[in-house]
Amino acid sequence: MTLGFTLAYLALIVLIPLTGLVLRSASLGFPGFWHVATDPRTVNALRISFGTSLIAAVINVIFGVIVAWVLVRYRFPGRRIVDAIVDLPFALPTAVAGIALTALYSRNGWIGRWLDLIGIKVAFTPIGITIALIFIGLPFVVRTVQPVMEEIRKEVEEAAATLGANRFQTITRVLLPGLQPAILTGFALAFARAVGEYGSVIFIAGNLPYVSEIAPLLIVIRLEEFDYAGATAIATIMLLISFFMLFVINLIQAWSRRRYGYGA
Amino acid sequence: MDVRVSGVRKEFDRFPALHDVSLDINSGELIALLGPSGSGKTTLLRLIAGLETPTEGKVFFGDEDASLKSVQERNVGFVFQHYALFRHMTVIDNVGFGLKVRPGSSRPSKDEIRRRSSELLDFVQLSGLEKRYPAQLSGGQRQRVALARAMAIEPRVLLLDEPFGALDAKVRKELRRWLREIHDKTKHTTVFVTHDQDEALELADRVVVMSQGRIEQIGTPDEVYDRPNSPFVYSFIGESSSIGVQIKNGELRLDGQALSISSDRPDGEALLYFRPHDVDLIEDSNGGIAGTVVASRRVGATRRIELRIAGVTDHVEIEIPADHPATETSRIAFRPKHWRVFPKS
Repeated sequence: MTLGFTLAYLALIVLIPLTGLVLRSASLGFPGFWHVATDPRTVNALRISFGTSLIAAVINVIFGVIVAWVLVRYRFPGRRIVDAIVDLPFALPTAVAGIALTALYSRNGWIGRWLDLIGIKVAFTPIGITIALIFIGLPFVVRTVQPVMEEIRKEVEEAAATLGANRFQTITRVLLPGLQPAILTGFALAFARAVGEYGSVIFIAGNLPYVSEIAPLLIVIRLEEFDYAGATAIATIMLLISFFMLFVINLIQAWSRRRYGYGA
Repeated sequence: MDVRVSGVRKEFDRFPALHDVSLDINSGELIALLGPSGSGKTTLLRLIAGLETPTEGKVFFGDEDASLKSVQERNVGFVFQHYALFRHMTVIDNVGFGLKVRPGSSRPSKDEIRRRSSELLDFVQLSGLEKRYPAQLSGGQRQRVALARAMAIEPRVLLLDEPFGALDAKVRKELRRWLREIHDKTKHTTVFVTHDQDEALELADRVVVMSQGRIEQIGTPDEVYDRPNSPFVYSFIGESSSIGVQIKNGELRLDGQALSISSDRPDGEALLYFRPHDVDLIEDSNGGIAGTVVASRRVGATRRIELRIAGVTDHVEIEIPADHPATETSRIAFRPKHWRVFPKS
């Protein structure tokens, strides 16, 4: 009964729309699909989308873990405010974030002008895209790692210390391995979100074909050209790549869960 | 290794947790720190380990001032109430952890670490579970792993913080006996914290009774049970009853009647402490304490009764044989076999 309900719900919300997507792109026929898939503009857009998302997710993992650690372990004035700020990228309309970031990082923006002095261009380049994706992905890492961190008892660190482990050994051999499943989940979520992100990126990206044009934007462009089959073909490719990567991450998760008998 | 705690005071945010505590622990001794929660016993243990630093005072390992050393350098084996095992490591990796993190020069080879770890697992009767993860073990097994892990670093002192606190009663009793055996074999200087007096009395060579950040009494289980040196120890360890009395010319009086119990304390108000089960029932109330039975209930092999005694506000409990004919409202007189008199505070 509950299984039936779950499957029906899943089919309605996820599978049917996705099937529609694949079916629509199938109307191109394989040669047509292949043509879209190998079009340099598509390839570049996909490379930029997945490349910047990957970099953003890696950076988010590093700093997200640090932010979570500070929030869990340190008591300082304003901690609750910082804790709330972490959620802002969840709540803020992404276009607002995009416009704000563009204003900051453009050549005469607060930060952009200083970076411009040392010859770094952020706005309208893949670096700008990456920054936007870091912004929207951070809460995913923090919010998945934080609860697991809270469960690590101080005693575990103290035990490591009494056994002679220094701080570095405690972090690398005791704390991080225990957090690994949660970190992986956070990475997967931040990455998946970044791949699908549209609103915040298009403002800062500049959207130059072959240089700073992301795949979701290319889909929108194709739609505006009434090239529905072309749009769904790109979407299908994104779907396949994303599904493959998330599937691999899930396998790693399942493997580590089996090993440790716990995890996120 | 002898351990000496000398004049240690500890404050947390100006709140005193320990006041001027001194304690000498002999090499090879098994010592229990016993007290109610908030008595400072865990703080004292953590100070010896170096997990806390004293506000004042010093801790010596042998002749060496350990207060100057970090936790890592002190080389103590610490066992936590909730095991604190590394859950992403197998049992054998947990046990070998302390050896693996040693700096290169003093680190044994991989094979040697493995050999020593399995030896220890064998010693704590867990051989065969090397490849398991902590989550796959029972509470008792986890605590054995924790002990093996602590012993692997060849600690100078073994410190156990409520080691059986998280276990159910049956396992707790088993492990208690087992810990005693381990100690008799290894002769590690061992300090353990407990709030369970049975555990302390059964297991320890000496018991340190603590209350409100101070040591109340240090002694063998016999000493602290038979000769408690304060009202606190008398009432904390074992059952006790107390009666307010007056001292006049070195003799105890209750409600004007002499009790034929003498005391060398000065005249005035005092408290008479005794064990409820350690009394003689007497026929005539002369020289004894007489009262009316107000409540009676069967407790195991004996019967515990509450007496209302003239001149005493609270009811007084004593134990009588289960087949004693006394019922409610009957009069009973008794005289404690052993007692202590403390000034009324």
